[in-house]
Amino acid sequence: MAVELDVFVGNTTLIDKDVYQLWLDGYSVNDAVAIRVQSGILEQAGTTPDVLESDTMDHYRAFQMLERLLHSPPKLINQLLFQIPPPMQAMLIEKYYTFEEPFVREVLGKKLSKGTKKDLDDVSTKTAITLKSCRRQFDNFKRVFKVVEEMKGPLVENIQQNFLLSDRLAGDYAAVVFFANSRFETGKKKLQYLTFEDFACCAEQLIQNWTLGAVDSMADDMDVDLDREFLQDLKDLKVLITDKDLLDQHKSLVCTALRGKVTIFTEMESSFKNLSRGLINIATKLIHTKDVRDLFVDLVEKFIEPCKSDRWNINDVCLFLTQYTNTARALDAFKHQCLWERYMGTVKSCILKMYHD
Amino acid sequence: MPGKLKVRIVAGRHLPVMDRASDLTDAFVEVKFGNTTFKTDVFPKSLNPQWNSEWFKFEVDDEDLQDEPLQITVLDHDTYSANDAIGKVYIDIDPLLSNEAAAILSGWFPIYDTIHGIRGEINVMVKVDLFNDLNRFRQSSCGVKFFCTMSIPKCYKAVTIHGFVEELVVNEDPEYQWIDRIRTPRASNEARQRLISLMSGELQRKIGLKVLEMGGNAVVGYLQCFDLEGESGLVVRAIGTACTLDKLSNTATSLLPPCSSPSKDMKEVPFSEDPNPVTHSSGPSTPLKNQTYSFSPSKSYSRQSSSSDTDLSLTPKTAASSPKGPAIFFFPSSPTLSSGSPHHKSAHLLRSEALHSLTPPHSGYASPVCLRKTVSFNEELLLAASGMGSGSGGKDGGPLKALYRQQTQSAFEHREFPFFTLTTFPSGFLVHVGGVVSARSVKLLDRIHNPDEPETRDAWWAEIRQEIKSHGKALGCHAVVGYSESTSICEEVCILSASGTAAVLNPKMLQDCSMEGCSEHRLSRQPSFFSTGSEKGEFDFFLQCQDSASILGLDDPLSLGCNFCHIPYDELNMPFPAHLTYCYVCRKQKVPDVLFTTIEPPLEAAVTGKGCLIQARLCRQKKKTQGEANATAISNLLPFMEYELHTQLMNKLKLRAMNALFGLRIQITVGENMLLGLASATGLYLTALPSPGGIQVTGKTPSDSSYEQHISNMQKKINDMIIKNREIYEINPPEILEEVLGSPIPETRQRSRLFRSQSESSDDVSELDLSHGKKDAFVLEIDDADAVEDIHSLLTDAPTPSGFYSCNTEIMPGINNWTSDLQMFTSVRVFRLNNVTSLTSQWLNKAFSDLCENLLKTLYFKLRSMVPCCLCHVNFNVALPEDELIQIAVTAVAITYDKDQAQYVSKVCTDKTLLRASAENEEQLQFTLELCMESQSTQCALLFSPSKAAEMTESGSLQPVTPAAQRVSSLDKASPLAEAQARHRSPISCTTSTVVEMTPLSFIPGAKITKYLGIINMFFIRETTSLREEGGVSGFLHAFIAEVFAMVRAHVAALGGNAVVSYIMKQCVFMENPNKNQAQCLINVSGDAINFVRDTDVESAPSQSQASGLQTGNGSGDVVT
Repeated sequence: MAVELDVFVGNTTLIDKDVYQLWLDGYSVNDAVAIRVQSGILEQAGTTPDVLESDTMDHYRAFQMLERLLHSPPKLINQLLFQIPPPMQAMLIEKYYTFEEPFVREVLGKKLSKGTKKDLDDVSTKTAITLKSCRRQFDNFKRVFKVVEEMKGPLVENIQQNFLLSDRLAGDYAAVVFFANSRFETGKKKLQYLTFEDFACCAEQLIQNWTLGAVDSMADDMDVDLDREFLQDLKDLKVLITDKDLLDQHKSLVCTALRGKVTIFTEMESSFKNLSRGLINIATKLIHTKDVRDLFVDLVEKFIEPCKSDRWNINDVCLFLTQYTNTARALDAFKHQCLWERYMGTVKSCILKMYHD
Repeated sequence: MPGKLKVRIVAGRHLPVMDRASDLTDAFVEVKFGNTTFKTDVFPKSLNPQWNSEWFKFEVDDEDLQDEPLQITVLDHDTYSANDAIGKVYIDIDPLLSNEAAAILSGWFPIYDTIHGIRGEINVMVKVDLFNDLNRFRQSSCGVKFFCTMSIPKCYKAVTIHGFVEELVVNEDPEYQWIDRIRTPRASNEARQRLISLMSGELQRKIGLKVLEMGGNAVVGYLQCFDLEGESGLVVRAIGTACTLDKLSNTATSLLPPCSSPSKDMKEVPFSEDPNPVTHSSGPSTPLKNQTYSFSPSKSYSRQSSSSDTDLSLTPKTAASSPKGPAIFFFPSSPTLSSGSPHHKSAHLLRSEALHSLTPPHSGYASPVCLRKTVSFNEELLLAASGMGSGSGGKDGGPLKALYRQQTQSAFEHREFPFFTLTTFPSGFLVHVGGVVSARSVKLLDRIHNPDEPETRDAWWAEIRQEIKSHGKALGCHAVVGYSESTSICEEVCILSASGTAAVLNPKMLQDCSMEGCSEHRLSRQPSFFSTGSEKGEFDFFLQCQDSASILGLDDPLSLGCNFCHIPYDELNMPFPAHLTYCYVCRKQKVPDVLFTTIEPPLEAAVTGKGCLIQARLCRQKKKTQGEANATAISNLLPFMEYELHTQLMNKLKLRAMNALFGLRIQITVGENMLLGLASATGLYLTALPSPGGIQVTGKTPSDSSYEQHISNMQKKINDMIIKNREIYEINPPEILEEVLGSPIPETRQRSRLFRSQSESSDDVSELDLSHGKKDAFVLEIDDADAVEDIHSLLTDAPTPSGFYSCNTEIMPGINNWTSDLQMFTSVRVFRLNNVTSLTSQWLNKAFSDLCENLLKTLYFKLRSMVPCCLCHVNFNVALPEDELIQIAVTAVAITYDKDQAQYVSKVCTDKTLLRASAENEEQLQFTLELCMESQSTQCALLFSPSKAAEMTESGSLQPVTPAAQRVSSLDKASPLAEAQARHRSPISCTTSTVVEMTPLSFIPGAKITKYLGIINMFFIRETTSLREEGGVSGFLHAFIAEVFAMVRAHVAALGGNAVVSYIMKQCVFMENPNKNQAQCLINVSGDAINFVRDTDVESAPSQSQASGLQTGNGSGDVVT
């Protein structure tokens, strides 16, 4: 005797959050049943494995039908096929679009192309996330990217409108889209200690300050592409390190301001020129696409690592960068105050975010 | 030209991509009604087209309006090739035709294609302008309202309940026409959908005409079914109860119009000017004709009058129209009656004798049953299993009782079929309940040659109904309530079944103007109430009726909730041997030891504890034969199946320590090589009935000691189970001392026997003393392996998990604090049995039983998040789609209830027991519990219609009653304040307006129905040729059921409604051919579209919230104690 057909359909679509998570995690029905059995649900509910299997199958089928709608969340809200209470709809969408830290660290900044998708089995092996789940997460990135790529208006808002995500998740997707578009390098060994959250914060800063949107709120791709004019102008900052007087003047101003306030004053004093050169060189090279990609690598190599080796603490870094930025105002020969602030404000935020173990 | 239909196509959304090149669609819409078609412009290159069309106007007959569906087709324009259809929407116009209907139908409808399912949505507006039709010779019946609900709809009151209406129409099935070989599956499916839509429209119109002829304006308990007879055609048939309903205005809920002006009520009834039917005062044998009828002698009419199911004396009359139409029934002293009564009596006796001879079921059916001869079986006969109550005539009122019966009987004799499809009745309507009557008949289908004269089908049903009627009479009942009909078809064999509950109804209620609320029966004691009667005779009758009623104990027991249990038949001439005792509530009247019914538990019924779903399942193999031999084989099997099902039910009932079944539904399904029987009912403990005895197991060969051991083990298990069940279902009936009963309990310790017990003798059992004491125990005799199996299966029925209750009735007595958290669902399973012929009967039985149990288990698991909850209206449908396939479809609703409030109860009732209980609350736990149970059941009444709550208080104030609230709170340990707080904490639903609830119940818990928007009756076909790609059979059916739900919801929302009540999936025919990667499914659903307001949303009037110092609060946070 065999069950040929077994369905359960509720007027309000019945959704078990635990099973949904298992489905999202890419487990097969059998694996999901095994995991549920291990969770002790059989004893709790006083039931048998066949019941559990039937229930799991039902849910999986429903999720498969819902998946088509989840690809376009506004459709899920408007459709008539499944009656789902709004809080549950929000949960379904939010969880479907939620991605995992290990996965996103593998993919962040990579081109969302077929080639990358083919490499997902490596990612899967490396992260111990099922291939199915990797694919879903990757496809989500790609879908969001494609929809908002060419859109006018603020990136986060666009994502929110088209995918009905929470503020936080929409912000994360903005970061993913931004990184994918500029193809920032995040995978280097030196960058491994950084979390996605670090990058997301940096992305937010970059979007707010360095993109077209920062100056023109109606431009195409305003939040996705960096402001080329700004990058071009950054070359003018070179004067801070090429002009010997200016460099010395800058150093003495910073040292005066920090004397007695930081624990690593001598180290700071000795490495000032190197650090300043590092930061300014990053700025002047940003006009080259390749150097944009290496922004985070450069920040780590040229600034964070030297500071760390001198055992600066975060407070020292913060004070230094604040004074380093502010004292430039007092340099009479330095004419690029606005540019300087736009550059340093963002770099300072990023470095502070990235300065941890 | 009585109607103008106007349609506007507004927009579409989520359309499918029809042009692969552009990934877009050039959509336009065709709107078709009858033979007229309009088209919108093409909206190019969009998946979300905005047509904003003009209003398309169709000028049509109202006959067409009723029959034809509006057909909207969405197409993709193609310049070079034929336009591709995207899908269709069928809209039934009928809900717009009623005078109080929605003015406009407007909303998003899913675009449905029979091959692809739902493909986007379309926004449509529909309006109907009806012109007044003065033509008396018309064929339409616009304005007659139809309700699936099996009770008087909540915002109406019944002015008159006219009685049974039925009709059927037949046609050729398009699927079997020659053209089907050359057309596409899509065209074929659409032809079928359209035809069925047409046929059900026509059927409804015809029934409507009958209702108008009877002077009614509505059909309640409307039950429409399709018989897919294959080659021989397609039958659409319907039954219902014709009523004259009067809308209760919202403000009038608390001050009911005091029924003083039937004439006023009549004004709202269509054709109130119709003269009342004239009756000859002839005997019941003469069908009464209505000479003065003003309707046209149309074809349908003449056919109807010959079947004479028009109601006669029961139309309330206005003083003006009545003089020449005195109904027989208003003159109890008329010579006809007195002369008629001996005749009745004798007839009655004769019948009961005839039935007696059938009592041992085996012998009764021993003779070969003639082919195509009706095989029927009276359920109640099987009550023979219990001992015969002998001796002791009725104490008082014996002769009066007889007279009363005759009076009422004669009133009903005049109807051809005194049937009522209703299952819930206004308080006081149901006087006595006799028991279940059922009839089945096996027929061979032949081609219907002339669809306009479906006489054979009519005759078949008439035959069966006649039989039901006579069964009812044999039980001393003049009416059958909770009546339903069904069929099971396999190839050319068809089993027709009908069943109902024999009952004695209160004749005055049939024409009384106020059928609503509980205050009536109290009010009715005041003679002044009747002074409005148009004639003296009527007045007299009522007085007399009351006298007899009061002697019969109609008044008191009504408030005690035991009256309907009292036997309607003559105990000296019982139609079957039954064990009678004096009623355990009033102690005046006789009651049977078990009561089976097909109706809902009456609201006033005194119930102890809670109920549960009880199922009997049976599988019988049969040889694969053809034609007449097949029909004979089936005929021969039927009585045995019914007997076994009945036995199982009885055993399971005893095992649960209960004594009554409600909502009994026995389904017998025929397949190629087996028959399946499934009986479902809700078991209850009626306080009025005696406590059921235990079950005794006895062996036949007592020589073997290990065998003895085995039996005593089994006995112990059964006893333990009974005790456990008593706890689970909270069955703690008050112990009543023998002397209190004051009646001789029949001395004969003649024990009932069961199964294959050939010999009598209860002697060898006596040493097995049961804890269940004096009551006669049920004996299970184990004489062969079968019996062991049976007992085994009895014990292996899994108990419902804690936190769950289940029933197949609308409400579960004992639970009344429903929250608004409900979930309607449909679950379908198909099982393949391999190699059926090689299997044993026991194995099959067990397999089938396991299937049902497993399905229930899955439901409990799935719904575990709703605990504590009750599965209500659990409706099983079994089919045998192919040789080795069993299909089970279940539809039910799970409703969460508030556990904390379970014991917080109150009741307006003066009862000695209760007073005593309040005096000595601590020790007499039993009484406390009883109080709770009883008062809960009353609270149900309060709960489900807020209007009633107000009435209750009114009636309470009429009576010298101490408000029970204080008393109860003194009983209750918990302080009322805490309770109130608990209520406040209860979650308030955050439903948005877009949510459409669906429920098989006739009400929405915690809400008030404000408007009925029309009947929903939909039929869909879905087919696929890419079964695997759609997720296999499960994926296919899952999607289809979800689509059906979506389409029902969309129609309700378009009518301005937010729920469907009395929802039922009447058919789910699933066929698959995995080898060809194909499957097809047909689903038929119906229900009543309504609009409701949550109690929490209603600004309750201060008076009302005070009135509900009897806490009606069911999770509603607005009632403050």
